[in-house]
Amino acid sequence: MSVVTIEGVTKTFDGGTTALEGIELAIEEREFVSLIGPSGCGKSTLLRIIGDLIRPTAGTVRVNGKPAAQARADRDYGIVFQDAVLYDWRTIARNISLPLELARWNRRRRGERVQEMLRLVELSGFESHYPWQLSGGMQQRVSIARALSFDPALLLMDEPFGALDEMTRERLNLELLRIWEASGSTIVFVTHSITEAVFLSTRVVVMSPRPGRISDVIEIDLPQPRTAATREEPRFFELVTRVREALHLGSDHDRDLTAPRTAEAPS
Amino acid sequence: MSIAPVAVQPIPRGTLAGRVGKRALDWVPALVVLVLVLVVWQESIAVFHIKKFLAPQPTAIASTFWTNRHELISAGWFTFQEALGGFAIGCGLALVVALVLARWRGVGRALMPYMIAANAIPIIAFAPIMNAWFDPFSKFSKMAIAAVLCFFPVLVNTLRGLTSVRPQSIELMQSYAAGEIETFRRVRIPTALPFIFTSLKIATVLAMIGAIVGEYFGGAFTALGVLIDSRSTTFQFKEAWAGIAVACAYGIAFYLAVALLERLTLRGMPSTGD
Repeated sequence: MSVVTIEGVTKTFDGGTTALEGIELAIEEREFVSLIGPSGCGKSTLLRIIGDLIRPTAGTVRVNGKPAAQARADRDYGIVFQDAVLYDWRTIARNISLPLELARWNRRRRGERVQEMLRLVELSGFESHYPWQLSGGMQQRVSIARALSFDPALLLMDEPFGALDEMTRERLNLELLRIWEASGSTIVFVTHSITEAVFLSTRVVVMSPRPGRISDVIEIDLPQPRTAATREEPRFFELVTRVREALHLGSDHDRDLTAPRTAEAPS
Repeated sequence: MSIAPVAVQPIPRGTLAGRVGKRALDWVPALVVLVLVLVVWQESIAVFHIKKFLAPQPTAIASTFWTNRHELISAGWFTFQEALGGFAIGCGLALVVALVLARWRGVGRALMPYMIAANAIPIIAFAPIMNAWFDPFSKFSKMAIAAVLCFFPVLVNTLRGLTSVRPQSIELMQSYAAGEIETFRRVRIPTALPFIFTSLKIATVLAMIGAIVGEYFGGAFTALGVLIDSRSTTFQFKEAWAGIAVACAYGIAFYLAVALLERLTLRGMPSTGD
């Protein structure tokens, strides 16, 4: 059974802008799927529709075989945003346990799980720190720990490393893969970065803007587990090129394809 | 990358509240200024031959205070009770109304113009009316005035705090299928707390002013405002000044008590934790 099934999803905002049109996508268990595309292609909107934070204008979304709204009510997914969105008045431990408090876990179970999650994201010893005492990368790890604390089958990530520097981002990419292995979850990952998408994913979904459509789906057949060395393999570069070309084709979609292609990079 | 919500930033770092509880050494500059002002005041009255009944010397005020200390302190206590009652009523109502307005924005659009109009009422004109509505010798007429003064700043600040939550914080709560009450309890109210405390500190001083202004238009003979008023109209300026000093002392103590409560409540928050 697919973890996420998206059928004929269209989203038109109140102003009349069509953010998404005719989206069809199925995501299987244990997959790592990246949504990539230029600004305005609706990738973050699509992620929010999967999470039932935005309602589609047409079409259906099922998560774990249930309608998206039911899946949200059942807390079937965890979400990570570009900002860590930690609450300043809560310690790291209490930030991680927030979803557990809402799910009415008792104190002892919460405490145990928080320790477990801190170990998973390698932040043991920081439980009584406050968010502002941590670096951006550490805050984002706390946010991942919080999203995974209640063991959701699905992890939605909206450009989680977009605000971090390149070195921190590469380190967190490796760490995310390790967490993905350890937690056994399915991940839907929105990103602007081609290399990040190729390095992390089992599948890259390329989207094009105005209206947001899926223009290509690329299988990433790099061997698992991936390491820092994966980034230097010839196959990695081939796939990066493949995604890059798909993005350019996508952004040229509504232009004259016979005209010389500009070197405009999809940032 | 700014992780702290913008809304939490404006808690002033350098204000009196921020210094409450800091080391005694931090108070030295302020004390030096106080001593200098008192010395200059004391000496210039003698040097420039200013009539002593118009501007009594600090030492004269201090000795007047000491002679009348029992009367002054108990008058201050009487007025402080009025201020405290008004503070509780005004701030309590403002907090409740702010919660309602934050939850039902439509109500806010309907009521806000009248709240702003109410805030524009000159309190001086309002005081005698309150004395007429309620018994001028009861504490309640003064509480009403203090409450009106406290209401608006607390309402506006609380509402601002409750509604300045980042959209992603709300999305996060929605992703956990958290209800409206949970979202208020765990996100909106904690976000609003620094705003609320800022306005409560403003309200402490306003409540004292409200009570004393109310007493100027008639009140119990044991009230501080009545005492200051009667002394200054009979040219007993030393006594009036001593009364003003007592009013200030109660006002400052009230302010510091709320500032201390703020510190205890918000410990760990970025701007108060250092």
